[in-house]
Amino acid sequence: MADFLPLGEWVDAGVKRLIEIDPGALQQLGAGVERLTEGLEILLLAAPIWLIAGGFVAIGLWRVGWKFALFCVACWVLIAGTGFWPQTMVTMALILAATLLSLAIGLPLGLWVARSDRVAAIVRPALDFMQTMPAFVYLIPAAMLFGLGRVPGVLATVIFAMPPVVRLTSLGIRQVNREQVEAAISFGCTPAQVLFKVEIPAALPSIMAGINQTIMMALSMVIIASMVGAGGLGNDVLASIQRLDIGLGFESGLAVVLLAIMLDRITETFGASGPRRSLRQRLGLSARGGDQP
Amino acid sequence: MAPKVVVRSLFKVFGKRPALALELLTQGKSKDQVFAQTGMVVGVRDANFSVNEGEIFVLMGLSGSGKSTLIRLLNRLVEPTSGQVLVGGQDVASMGKKALVALRRKDMAMVFQSFALLPHRSVLDNTAFGLEVSGMGRVARERRAMQVLEQVGLTSFARKMPAELSGGMQQRVGLARALAVGPSLMLMDEAFSALDPLTRTEMQELLLQLQKEQRRTIVFVSHDLDEAFRIGSRIAIMEGGRIVQVGTPDEILRNPSHSYVRAFFKGVDVNQYLVARDVADLSAFPLIQAGPGDASSPAELLARLRLSGWPQAFVVDAQQRWLGTVTPQSLQNACSAGTPSLHHALLAEPPAVAAALGMQALVGRALTSTLPLPVVDGAGIYLGAVTHKSLLQRFARSQADHG
Repeated sequence: MADFLPLGEWVDAGVKRLIEIDPGALQQLGAGVERLTEGLEILLLAAPIWLIAGGFVAIGLWRVGWKFALFCVACWVLIAGTGFWPQTMVTMALILAATLLSLAIGLPLGLWVARSDRVAAIVRPALDFMQTMPAFVYLIPAAMLFGLGRVPGVLATVIFAMPPVVRLTSLGIRQVNREQVEAAISFGCTPAQVLFKVEIPAALPSIMAGINQTIMMALSMVIIASMVGAGGLGNDVLASIQRLDIGLGFESGLAVVLLAIMLDRITETFGASGPRRSLRQRLGLSARGGDQP
Repeated sequence: MAPKVVVRSLFKVFGKRPALALELLTQGKSKDQVFAQTGMVVGVRDANFSVNEGEIFVLMGLSGSGKSTLIRLLNRLVEPTSGQVLVGGQDVASMGKKALVALRRKDMAMVFQSFALLPHRSVLDNTAFGLEVSGMGRVARERRAMQVLEQVGLTSFARKMPAELSGGMQQRVGLARALAVGPSLMLMDEAFSALDPLTRTEMQELLLQLQKEQRRTIVFVSHDLDEAFRIGSRIAIMEGGRIVQVGTPDEILRNPSHSYVRAFFKGVDVNQYLVARDVADLSAFPLIQAGPGDASSPAELLARLRLSGWPQAFVVDAQQRWLGTVTPQSLQNACSAGTPSLHHALLAEPPAVAAALGMQALVGRALTSTLPLPVVDGAGIYLGAVTHKSLLQRFARSQADHG
């Protein structure tokens, strides 16, 4: 049966046309993303295990508590012990690159959406589209436009992971108490001062929740992105599926889960509002306020 | 005193085509008609008033009367649709962005109903906020902030976060933040309305106390009649975006110019705001004006008193200053004294009553006195007598006016 709406053909033609008329901008974009991701990957792979793992444990101790710090130690022992250290670092580099790009675009876009109802009306359905379109689908045009490798993986991840930070930044800024903003203006704040001294600090819990969500979505997407050759833990997951290798699947999957838990628990504490607990309380030395790892 | 703020034919219309709404308003359409016809909301309609240097000017009205919009037009938190807002001679409504920011930084400060403190900053940092914004260094601004925190009695809370403070204390911080920049004009939008009655009274006293130490021009928005009468030097009453009456509390109480203003007093016991001056009646008791020289001799006055047949009379001098009470007997005694002088004839009873004496005390005094009470102002000028009859008449009238 012939479709009377050959939408797929049009999109296909559109992407092909884009490749034809592109004067090199796509290549430059691709090269930039490649440099960023590769640089991060080299850095993480070159760093000694104790530095990276120790860093996680230290931040876990500082932000969450001693029980969580112990949990981090266990995670890294498992990851390194099963031999997935290099792949985990590659995945981390992909997550970092995708998250940095998502934030670089998403934070200003979120601010703009908060400021203008018209922009919000355009951006909101676009975000819905980006989030609900099955993640694999992005990989196809990304691979066509940028070839196989890290670049399509990272860019597809950016599209998939950016919506939460845009949404929650916009939500946070819109929810800032109107009288607080009026107070700032009445004391002679310039628009930039209102933004940095009042709106962003007040919206920070919401913005941080958005960043946390973006990181988590980036993690899930970079695994899928191994299908276009992004590399990292996703390669092992993919290989285990192709070979029906239960052991490999479990080990690589577990590394993903552990990495996800560590990243989530640490980044979510940066958005937590309410009184900060003292270091003594986090170390479990104080009688008041127990730990909840 | 020079006016600090002058507002001239100020309009604010919220909506897409304010020019159309202005046109309709000049045709005499009401706020409701404009809304029905165009969907635009008239916030402030043709406001004209001036605020004198050093006074507390209260904008009073029910919610929706436009008072909060009007106060925001003074520092242009709300953009005026048309009209002038002169603050210290500069037109806020038409000045450029830079000048406006500069004016807000050095000359104006605002206190808000919900306190509007920044929750992520300590009390000290909140207090120093205005100074920080204008670029003052940390050491200098914190020193200044500590000074004003002392004025409002919060020195020991400087390192606390706003959420750790009670509402009253939070608003003290709001007040300190405004005072810190040393503004010549303070805008207070329902500043004490969110506080419980006891704390509210306390804050009103604090404000009056601060005002005694250093006079500032204050525009204060309130919906509370008690508050307006307590702190206001003058009061502007607003209804439907319009100012319907401006005057001192006394003037407004005595001559509510508009049915709306009278309605405002409905259910309020206005007698509690009356003072002796309001009840004093010049014709309630015989009065003799002693002239200069011979015209003030006891014999002369005795003759006049006998002629009129009064059993007693109050005596004032040529400048209307109250001297005392005389009776034929007291004048006769003075005449028969060695050197006849009016002063010997003056009786100390009943003692004069100050013009500002409150109603409760006045009724008490009137009940225990058989004679009418003479009322004198601060300069000793006789204003009239308070009799039981004049008291009852006044009560009866305020029932009819406001009840």
